[in-house]
Order: sequence, then structure tokens, then C-alpha cells
Amino acid sequence: MAKKRVPAIDGWFAMDTAEPRLLGTKCSSCGTYFFPKESSFCRNPGCSSTDLEEVPLSPRGVLWSFTNNCYPPPKPYVTPDPFVPYIVAAVELEREKMIVLGQVAGDVKIGDLAAGMEMELCLDTLFEDDAAEHIIWKWRPAKGAQ
Amino acid sequence: MSKQVAVLGVGMHPWGKWGKSFVEYGVVAARAALADAGIEWKDVQFVSGGDTIRNGYPGYVAGATFCQAMGWNGARVASSYGACASGSQAINNARAQILAGLCDVALVIGADAAPKGFFAPVGGDRPDDPDWLRFRLIGATNPIYFGLYARRRMEIYGATEHDFAKVKVKNSRHGLANPNARYRKEVTKEEVLSSAVVSDPLRLLDICATSDGAAAIVLTSLDFARKHSTAPVKIAGVSTVTPRFPNTVIEMPNFATDSAATVAPPAVPFRDSIARGAYEEAGLGPEDMSMAEVYDLSTALELDWYENIGLCKPGEAEKLLNDGDTTLGGRVPVNPSGGLACFGEAIPAQAIAQVCELTWQLRGQAAGRQVENAKAGVTANQGLFGHGSSIVVTK
Ligand SMILES: [Zn+2]
Repeated sequence: MAKKRVPAIDGWFAMDTAEPRLLGTKCSSCGTYFFPKESSFCRNPGCSSTDLEEVPLSPRGVLWSFTNNCYPPPKPYVTPDPFVPYIVAAVELEREKMIVLGQVAGDVKIGDLAAGMEMELCLDTLFEDDAAEHIIWKWRPAKGAQ
Repeated sequence: MSKQVAVLGVGMHPWGKWGKSFVEYGVVAARAALADAGIEWKDVQFVSGGDTIRNGYPGYVAGATFCQAMGWNGARVASSYGACASGSQAINNARAQILAGLCDVALVIGADAAPKGFFAPVGGDRPDDPDWLRFRLIGATNPIYFGLYARRRMEIYGATEHDFAKVKVKNSRHGLANPNARYRKEVTKEEVLSSAVVSDPLRLLDICATSDGAAAIVLTSLDFARKHSTAPVKIAGVSTVTPRFPNTVIEMPNFATDSAATVAPPAVPFRDSIARGAYEEAGLGPEDMSMAEVYDLSTALELDWYENIGLCKPGEAEKLLNDGDTTLGGRVPVNPSGGLACFGEAIPAQAIAQVCELTWQLRGQAAGRQVENAKAGVTANQGLFGHGSSIVVTK
């Protein structure tokens, strides 16, 4: 039987495999976006609003830069055995004008990537334990782009 | 009112892996700085410690920990934390005491005993701490961020792995004769390029190690210094600036940048503002600098700093390097000490060590790595969570 799928962190993204979205907040006064969510005070120094609403962020963006990790990182990362190197991408969201990090999903090689490529959000397994599959957001080259 | 203070004495405990307590390193450096200044511990009125969070409770109150170890002398005390910029925070706090007329003689100390390998976050389950979460959710180690910056240089400026390797080659030569450096061995470009990839495009020899080490400075008022030295080196500007909203560069340990959707990014981006703050206080500019000590956490990051501190325009750092301008003997040597490439990082000591090096250079005491006719130098560094750090030191 398939394991239970649980978000690796609550409230940071929608658990919707078909239409995954990061969940941020938007200041209802000045319109500035925040990720992870800023819920108490708008951080625009010219705005004193305390009214921030949850919004899904753009699921697509442009690759700003990318790198990988070839060695097992320290805890609290849960390292599979054997360790599998992973790519991390920094993706710039057009509407939010914000760069968001995430691992890159699937069998993508460093050589497949280039700054400026269109990337899209997806959900993937971060790690598994006896109880569940822990799900996280990742980036991947956008389908139908280029 | 003069905003200058004098660097009357400097001292270090050599960098390395010595297996002792940070307190011992700090006391060795402090005693060396006092001896260099020619003053007694009992004459120190203010002690400014750079905190090290990885050494437990005494590390969080480093100032008083060093005071106790030196033998209580009743000095007033402060401890500063600004991650990698803790040292300049401690220098700045000591300077403020002197400039306010609250004391004449201050001792600044930073020391670390670093763990092996990757810097790991503090232990335990701490899902509210972004420094914990970045490891947990993305595996975003420090080299991941360095790798992103390095790849960005390649993508937009056409930098190559060869350029990055040449930074290491340069710094390894600079540090050969530095008695406080941990690594004193020439490294070839081939050795860098054949070392293992850690975070593509950065290899093992592109990324700085973590070290034990300590640095200390005796800071005094100019009046006090004139009675003890004919020509003391001076701190002419200190910058401890934070970013301006929106900060549009992805910074450790963040998951995302600020959003620039509603407020335009500042005309001067954060990293460009760091040295600028120190230049403005000093009334000098990058063209007045004889040398620079910058935070080469990675080889590629050193190239970023050339541009951030105004040595060249964006995209021209590789040319500056390849023309030999930043090599000893060139127009403006960068990291004459050998930099982090030869030292490895001892967090709260590092920004203080940068000032020690500039002091030795300006006094003409940097044997084997002397910058000719050195008149002024600048340090640059940045600490996690938004700590800019830059200090201008002059003759
Ligand atoms: Zn607002």
C-alpha cells in the first residue's frame, strides 16, 4: 500500500500535484509579496499595514542561477542511503519580482540548465520514513517552454 | 570632531586545527596585541568580544569570558554577534566608546574553534529557524549559495572555472610567507581544477575551510596613541550597514529574496553599499586604496567583491584578476594575507584579522607579502542575516 503523503512543512505550499503552488502572503495595502509567509507586519519600510492575506505564488519563473550538492549535507537534511546528489535552482518569479530557491526534480543534469530558462513548480518527495512520504516543492524545466 | 581611532596593537593566534578552546586562542591573540601596543592588560578600559555561537554559552558572552581568562581587571565589557561580521561589530562598538569619550583604550578580541566540514545549523528540532529550515527542506548548505553566485557570474559575465582557480592560485602564493596562515603551500590551477566538485561549478579548492584562530586589536583614541607611537595606523571608517528593502539578491539563509513588485530595488544594492559606507566615513574612495582584504568564502566570491568594493565595474573582475592588478605587485593587491583561501574561516576572528593584516601592511611589517607604498586599505565581509562589514584603515 502506498504510504501517506504529508507536506514536509505545513502551509508553505498547496498539496495539489496537478496544480502545485507556493503559498505566500500579499500586503493588502501596498501589494508586496512575501515568501515564506509574513503574517504579522508588512516589511515594506514605507508601509505600516498589518493586513496580509495568503496568496498562491506564480507557478512559473525564470532560472536566475543553479548549482548542486555533491556531498551529503549535515542534519537536519534527511540523507537517503546511498546519497543522491541534487541540484538547487534559484528561480525569479515575474509577477512577484522575487527569487525563490528549490531543489530541481527529476533526472536533470547541470548541463541541461541555463540562466533564463523557464522553470515550473512541482511536488516531489523530500524523504521517506516508516510513517510517510514527506513532500516538498521543487523546480523543473517548464513543459512546453522554449 | 575626528572620527578616527588608532590601531595601537594587533595580534593573532595562528589559524589551524589545534584542538583547544577558543578562549585559549583569544587570550594568546589578546596578549600579542597588548605586547605589540606596548601597554598592560590593567590599562585596558573596555573589552569588546566577538561572539561565537558554536562554542556554547561562554561563546555567547565572549567579552566577559576573555576578561575572566585574562584575569579580571574591572574593564567595562560588551559582546557582539553578527555572524561572519561579528568582528567588525566588536570593532565598531569599541570605536564608539572611544569616539564618545567614554574610554581611551579598548581591546577587541575574536576567536573560534570551528567544527569539521560543512557548517551545520545548531542542533535540535527548530522548524521556526530559517537557518535550520534551509538545511531541512532544500539541503541548502553554504556552498550551495556560493555555487549559485559563481554560476551566475558564468552565466552573465562569461566567467570560467579557470578564472575561479586563478584566484586560489594567487591567494595561495600571497599566503606562503604569512606566519599566521594555516595553509602555506602553493596551489596550481591544475590542482584546483582536478579537485572534487562540491557545488558545481565550485570545487573543494575553490571553497574555504573552517579553522581555529583568533585575532585581537588594541584600539585607542588618537590622543592616547600619540603618546605611545609616532605614527599609529588609524581606522578611518567602519561600515556595519544592513540591506535596504527590497534586497533582491538571494542571501544565506533565506529561501527567497524580498519582493520588488511594489518598491523599486535600491539604487545601490546591498553588497555595493557595504564598502561605500566605510569609504564615506573615511572621506576616501576605492581609487585611494592600496589594497583590500575581502571575504573569499569562495574563489568566485572574491571576484564579486572586486566589483562590490568599487575596484572595477560589474563584469570586469575577471579582467582585473587576469591582468594581475589584484596580485602582489599589481595596482591594488587583494588578500595579500592569503585570504580565507590560506586561513580558513574562524568566524568571529575573521573581520578583526583583516584589520590586523592591513595594519601590518601599512606599518611595512608584512614580511614576504608586503604591498609597496601602502597608504590605505579596505576590508569587506558580510555576515548571515544582513550584516555588512567594511573597514577603511589608513596610515
Ligand atoms: Zn505593505
